[in-house]
Amino acid sequence: MAHDTTHASEADHAHHDHHDHHDHHELNFWQKYIFSSDHKVIGIQYGIVSLLFLLLGFLLMSCMRWQLAYPGQPLPLIGNFINDLYGGENGVMTPEIYNMFGAMHGNIMVFLAIVPLGFAAFGNYIVPLQIGAPDMAFPRLNMASFWAFFIGAILIFGSMFIPGGPAQAGWTSYSPLASSIPTNGQAYWLIGLVILIASSLLGAVNFIATIIQLRAPGMTWMRMPFFCWAQFVTAFLLLLAFPPLQVAGLMQLFDIVFDSSFFLPSGLIVGGQPADISGGGSPVLWQHLFWFLAHPEVYVLILPAIGMICEIISNNTRRPLWGYKTLVFAVLTLGFLSFIVWAHHMYLTGMGTVISTFFQTTTMIISIPSVIILTCVLLSLWGGSIRFNTPMLFALAFLPMFGIGGLTGLPLGFSYSDLYLHDTYYVIAHFHYIVAPGTIFAFFAGIYFWFPKATGRYMSDYWGRVHFWLSLLFMNLIFMPMFLQGLNGMHRRMVDGGANYASPVGPEGGVIGLLSEYIELNQTISIAAWCLGLAQIPFIINFFYSITHGKKVHSDNPWKATTLDWQTPTPPPHGNFTHPVEVFRGPYEYSSPESDDDFVPQNAKPSPSHQPAVAKK
Amino acid sequence: MEIPYTVKPRPDTGVYNAKIGIWLFLASEIMLFGALFSSYIILRITAPEGSWLEGVLNVPIGFVNTLVLIASSVTIVMAWASLKMNNYKAFQGYMVFTVLCALTFLCIKSVEYNDKFHHYEMWTNAESNNRFTGHFDKSWLAEQKSAYKAKVAQLNADHQKALSSWSQSDKSTPAPVAPKFPEITFFTLTTTEIRNLAAFLGTDSVVFEKEAKHAYKYHGMPGEDTHASNDHAAAGAEDHASSTSAHDDHSHHESLTIPVSEIKRTSAFIPSHSTYFAIYFTLTGLHALHVFGGACVLAYFVICNRKMWKNEPDRLANRIEVGGLFWHFVDLVWIFLFPVLYLL
Repeated sequence: MAHDTTHASEADHAHHDHHDHHDHHELNFWQKYIFSSDHKVIGIQYGIVSLLFLLLGFLLMSCMRWQLAYPGQPLPLIGNFINDLYGGENGVMTPEIYNMFGAMHGNIMVFLAIVPLGFAAFGNYIVPLQIGAPDMAFPRLNMASFWAFFIGAILIFGSMFIPGGPAQAGWTSYSPLASSIPTNGQAYWLIGLVILIASSLLGAVNFIATIIQLRAPGMTWMRMPFFCWAQFVTAFLLLLAFPPLQVAGLMQLFDIVFDSSFFLPSGLIVGGQPADISGGGSPVLWQHLFWFLAHPEVYVLILPAIGMICEIISNNTRRPLWGYKTLVFAVLTLGFLSFIVWAHHMYLTGMGTVISTFFQTTTMIISIPSVIILTCVLLSLWGGSIRFNTPMLFALAFLPMFGIGGLTGLPLGFSYSDLYLHDTYYVIAHFHYIVAPGTIFAFFAGIYFWFPKATGRYMSDYWGRVHFWLSLLFMNLIFMPMFLQGLNGMHRRMVDGGANYASPVGPEGGVIGLLSEYIELNQTISIAAWCLGLAQIPFIINFFYSITHGKKVHSDNPWKATTLDWQTPTPPPHGNFTHPVEVFRGPYEYSSPESDDDFVPQNAKPSPSHQPAVAKK
Repeated sequence: MEIPYTVKPRPDTGVYNAKIGIWLFLASEIMLFGALFSSYIILRITAPEGSWLEGVLNVPIGFVNTLVLIASSVTIVMAWASLKMNNYKAFQGYMVFTVLCALTFLCIKSVEYNDKFHHYEMWTNAESNNRFTGHFDKSWLAEQKSAYKAKVAQLNADHQKALSSWSQSDKSTPAPVAPKFPEITFFTLTTTEIRNLAAFLGTDSVVFEKEAKHAYKYHGMPGEDTHASNDHAAAGAEDHASSTSAHDDHSHHESLTIPVSEIKRTSAFIPSHSTYFAIYFTLTGLHALHVFGGACVLAYFVICNRKMWKNEPDRLANRIEVGGLFWHFVDLVWIFLFPVLYLL
């Protein structure tokens, strides 16, 4: 195999006439930065687009938080603009606008921000580097998948500017509500979604084929960095869970465009009139198809984050990841189990106690591999000499945040307690703890960590710390109170933040509505949310400033890491490695007695003096 | 560095890149069609009494299509084998045959579709015999269409005239309002379109060619005999509709004039007719898209890849193998579709 690779690199120079499509002339701007098939450029393209959508999703939420904290009061700054777009008066957010923003916040965050950022952006940039591959297995397919994503994203985002506005039925788009709203937003969303799914299927095929086929010589499965394992499992989840949603999307599109009744029951009344449809469909069918994707989707959101956390923690504790094999098998188990827990989102549909019991059991079982993963990473800290740089701070904060998010999920997994908590702010707090201070913190860690590899410069550590501490503070100020609101019974879809239900004392003196102190918490949360937005300004400035003015790195391996992504030039050229790579050891040989330095890169040849000791192991 | 294993298999996995790619893609395709088949099952078992159709599809035509696809599946393998045996001429022949099979399949399918688009079911308010199939009388439909067009043109012309005389006047009166008329496509008429059309043209009934035999059975439908005898029983719809028995070539049809007010619902055999047709068109439509896509790719291989045969014959053989795997999958989906939709 080593021979093959050597031959391939020589072929570049020797056989100009051999492969006419592998041209060697200088690429122009468009080929190099826009329609590039280089996995690193595509990764950065995904990263830029998805970070923009992350910001956009946040801005939508900021507007909603105003309405929740000060219901019926005119929205400052952009109130009139919103009225011009969607109707309403005096800069006040109407319930329709609130629903649009809510639906688009969810859609944008899940489908256009977090998944492309974690899976596509970081995965594209890092996975081929870490496994020692020159590129993805199908580079042109990779480009196609980015552009399909881009078109889908434009359709979904563009639907915010069509007459009638975007989809309003929440990110879950439950039928019959979603098919009955008489605007075109839902159809735009569905078409965009079908294209997005095609994109992520191409991406998933590409990732799996790359990891199976293009591992460098000596990169056996158990020498693969854990991040690649996480991406591998994520790709399988996308590959197998997304098609049912694609089908469901097509079916709902049929319901809207061709007036079919896949998800519409007989006798449906819309707006006081019997709907002119055949009926006979099943609304619960939509929920099954939707959650069959959307539960594995949760792991698509979190696994790349966990992968990055493992890389960063192992690197910054300067010791091997604790229980690497356990982690690998845990993540594989997690991937498999994530396919059979979906209906724990549907306890309230009346699907029956037997089915509920089954899904409740599998849900409890899936928490085991999750806990194993968290425990392994925690134990990795034990006895390490920890470097508290910015990426490490974010990585460390990820652990308790993810822990809180995961543990508060248990009451939601039991059908009995879920009946009470379903659709309250408790649910919002639970999954945001996993995705916002969890996954997004991991992404920040990843950005600070791999920034020097992509640009050759560090991001400022000082401003990174400012960004970290403020974000940590405000994230918790936002989501911790939501647990209390939810336990008090505040429903997640109320446009006025529960003001309508504020009737503290009943005729007999007992509490019958929402307690006013929980409604007042809305203001605390909103102010914290806006402050969280301000806390991102140091990051944004730091990010752009450091591209050109950051402190230069003086080595290709500034963090002294073992994995192959750091054994390339900085930034890595097209084709990644200047020399054929061969791998001789596992991914986390930190503090190894074999070397005078405290780490041994994966591609370092075993030195003759140490070889017997290695062989004995 | 070049990407390794694009043509030669990787020793430890035993496959080249594209082959693992296509298998993964097929895995996702299985989930795609699997979800649709599951939806079919759920829709069927939860269908309300009397809403699931049986025996509405043309089994002989479906059977011919099955044979066509199976034949093409055989020839794609022959094409690949010919390539491996260095026989480019035979390869071309088999590929052309495969692509022709695909086109034949699509033609037959579109004939089937077209038939469904022009086949109607009518639900009336009558006490009995209030559900029958057939189609709108062709000459009546043509009359309606030309009457509709003429009236729309007339309204537009009047409006233009009023507008021009208004613009020449002192404009003290408000500008004349553009005339409103219902959008009617005349492709597959819906209940709303029928009602709008009648109101627009001032007619009060439709002419419907009722089939003597109901086009399908449905779960919970009264026995076949009742319907056979309906031909002569002057009950039900005929209470309100004047019936003139058709002669000549339409001997198995019965021409009914049905008052619009008596029509409860009418629909062609399109997705809005019932969940049965909704899932039928989704399943077969998605499958037909796959056939079309596969045929395009296979045609590309045989038309545009002659140069590759000279330079990299192994690469071309790999392409055919990968394309063939996809083609087998498309065939396999039909093998499931045919019994599920046509026979069960």
